[in-house]
Amino acid sequence: MKLGFSAEDEAFRAECAQWLQAQMAGPFADIRGIPNLCDEIPRRKEWEQQLAADRWSCIGWPKAWGGRDATLAQQVIFAEEYARAGAPNRINHIGVELAGPTILAFGSDEQKARYLPGIAAGTQIWCQGYSEPGAGSDLANVKTRAVLDNGDWVVNGQKVWTSLAHYSDMIFVVARTEEGSKGPRGLSFLLMDMDQPGIDVRPIRQMNGEAEFNETFLTDARCPADAMLGAAGEGWKVAMALLAFERGVSTLGQQMQFRNELDAVIAAARANGKAADPVLRQRIAAAEIGLRLMRYGALRMLSGTDLAAIDGAALTYKIQWATWCRDLGELAMDVLGQEGELARGEEYRWPTLPNLYLFSRSDTIYGGTNQIQRNQIAERGLGLPREPRGQA
Amino acid sequence: MEFAFTEEQAMIAETARGFFAENATSARTRQAMAAGGIDRALWRSFCTELGLAGIGVPEELGGVGLGMVEFALIAEAAGAQVAALPLLGNARAAHALVAGGTDAQKARWLPALVSGEAIATSAWSGDAVVANGKLSGTFRFAAHGGSADLLVLTAGEQCLLVEASAPGVTITPHVTMDQTRPLATITLDNAAAEPVADHGEANHALQVTGWICLAAEALGGAQATLDRTVAYSKERVQFGRQIGSFQAYKHRLADMMIEIEQARSAVYWAACAVDEGSDEAQIALHSAKAFCADTFHMCAGNMIQLHGGIGFTWEHDAHLFFKRARSISSMLGDSQWHREQIAALVLDAAA
Repeated sequence: MKLGFSAEDEAFRAECAQWLQAQMAGPFADIRGIPNLCDEIPRRKEWEQQLAADRWSCIGWPKAWGGRDATLAQQVIFAEEYARAGAPNRINHIGVELAGPTILAFGSDEQKARYLPGIAAGTQIWCQGYSEPGAGSDLANVKTRAVLDNGDWVVNGQKVWTSLAHYSDMIFVVARTEEGSKGPRGLSFLLMDMDQPGIDVRPIRQMNGEAEFNETFLTDARCPADAMLGAAGEGWKVAMALLAFERGVSTLGQQMQFRNELDAVIAAARANGKAADPVLRQRIAAAEIGLRLMRYGALRMLSGTDLAAIDGAALTYKIQWATWCRDLGELAMDVLGQEGELARGEEYRWPTLPNLYLFSRSDTIYGGTNQIQRNQIAERGLGLPREPRGQA
Repeated sequence: MEFAFTEEQAMIAETARGFFAENATSARTRQAMAAGGIDRALWRSFCTELGLAGIGVPEELGGVGLGMVEFALIAEAAGAQVAALPLLGNARAAHALVAGGTDAQKARWLPALVSGEAIATSAWSGDAVVANGKLSGTFRFAAHGGSADLLVLTAGEQCLLVEASAPGVTITPHVTMDQTRPLATITLDNAAAEPVADHGEANHALQVTGWICLAAEALGGAQATLDRTVAYSKERVQFGRQIGSFQAYKHRLADMMIEIEQARSAVYWAACAVDEGSDEAQIALHSAKAFCADTFHMCAGNMIQLHGGIGFTWEHDAHLFFKRARSISSMLGDSQWHREQIAALVLDAAA
């Protein structure tokens, strides 16, 4: 067991810190630290491409596909320095952290060659077509259908909560390819082009006023027969493996964003005198502890284990971070007081901390609600009896 | 950077778990509760057969070397059985002597502490008086103080060694809520006291070892309450179903696991940070003590609730965990105090 970094790792830190800071002080100073995922989309696409040009976009990928074969320690360091430099949230997080690793794990050589370069180059933004109006917590209840027609899969159905679909070039879709199948059986994992007449995206305005989520309607949408990861009918396995990547290295970058948010709360408390309030001091300390334990939980989860393996740290991670974020949002508003009620200008748009307060209400819902997480922890982690299914 | 146990560490953990599970049984612990809170036969075999009391003591001083991570593995395993042992007092004393004792003090006490022949306790007083090699004052809440041979006492900034048998020493054991670690009041009236060589180092080692020990015991205890409650929830049937199939029940178990996983990260982060001399060590120690104590207390309370009536009986072991959790919460700084230390580090430091 060892926490310190080697001299080689520290040299890597110096290299990436220097590059990131130069970018954020120079050509990309205008998008340094912007809080909202929907702001400055064209500039953020340029940022993705700049990351790619200097091989900083997907450092954990193999060198052959535009990565650096970075070690876990290097990925930890890069995530830390990325946040320290104030670089903006990755608009292609889903492509780099979820679609890419899943294609690397399940794709044929031909599929890798078709999809990975666009992700690595930062030119193809991806989104995730999992949830449906009738398949939320009960994700396997997917109704979207795909049938083969003249060498194409033809897809009909509706996806929902598709983050950033309105800016995306590609979508991975879980669809039912076996007529009459139910639950996780008979599903397939399709990779589809967003730019086609059969796909219609309608943004959903959220309670914070922004529209990161969308409804995505698929009406005779098409993709080639070989645009499928894994075999027909085995899409559930691929979909679940992708969720394991979601709990993987990508959490490190997310945590650094949390660090910046907690630092903003601490700065606000120091600025307005609330730092002297003994109750708020306890809550700030608890938030600090929670964040540190999230970091070490993630390192435990990632150190020397198979990413797909579900161990205790991995199984409890989602509910842990989601609840931490929601609590931090509440703490932020208690620190800000009435100041937190004021929007940043004429529009109904919010600075970082009030936005966190509102947005974090979704954290305990998307990606598996806290209630579903507890079911899974109890059933998969503790071996308790499964929830009975209804008759419908 | 590799936050996973080495093979050697995994082996120590397995050995310790097996040893305590086999030997620190409920029956033996209950016998010890009526006899000063120490299972002397268990302590003897822990020290002599396993040879694990010397963790953190260099080999040339009769110990087995190794560090806080390995010590935490032992304390975790002992905590899982609420073992009635002077682990806390002996480990704190041994680490304090290694860090700050004179050569003569190390030679006099370390072999006896490592072999289990001597039992040590530690306590603190803000108003004790040291004059001409004599110490006077009252030191409260000494764990296993009634059984101690060596008293490692902190008087203000000073750290002093006192032999329990010395003239002027009165030790009053108390009936204590946690009977596996009863507390005593030590009263000194001009008792012979020997200062250590380095007071700062010795006092620091007392604190660090104490916090790691309690945090790791709490982790082991919390995991045990979860394991035992899960097992019960699969046996007990009501309304024609295993009670573990009810969502209200299993969500509480899930909440226990969520906290325990974080507690595990906390203990080994802190232990590793101490071993590596990391500048995060201080915040890690405060985090570990506060978080693990709170986790254990929550889990032990849930263990009682989720067992129903049987969980409230003397016969069932749930109260042993609950009482140990309570004593850990209050000992060596409560969670509010540790969180306040963290608040001071993150809020009051110069910007």
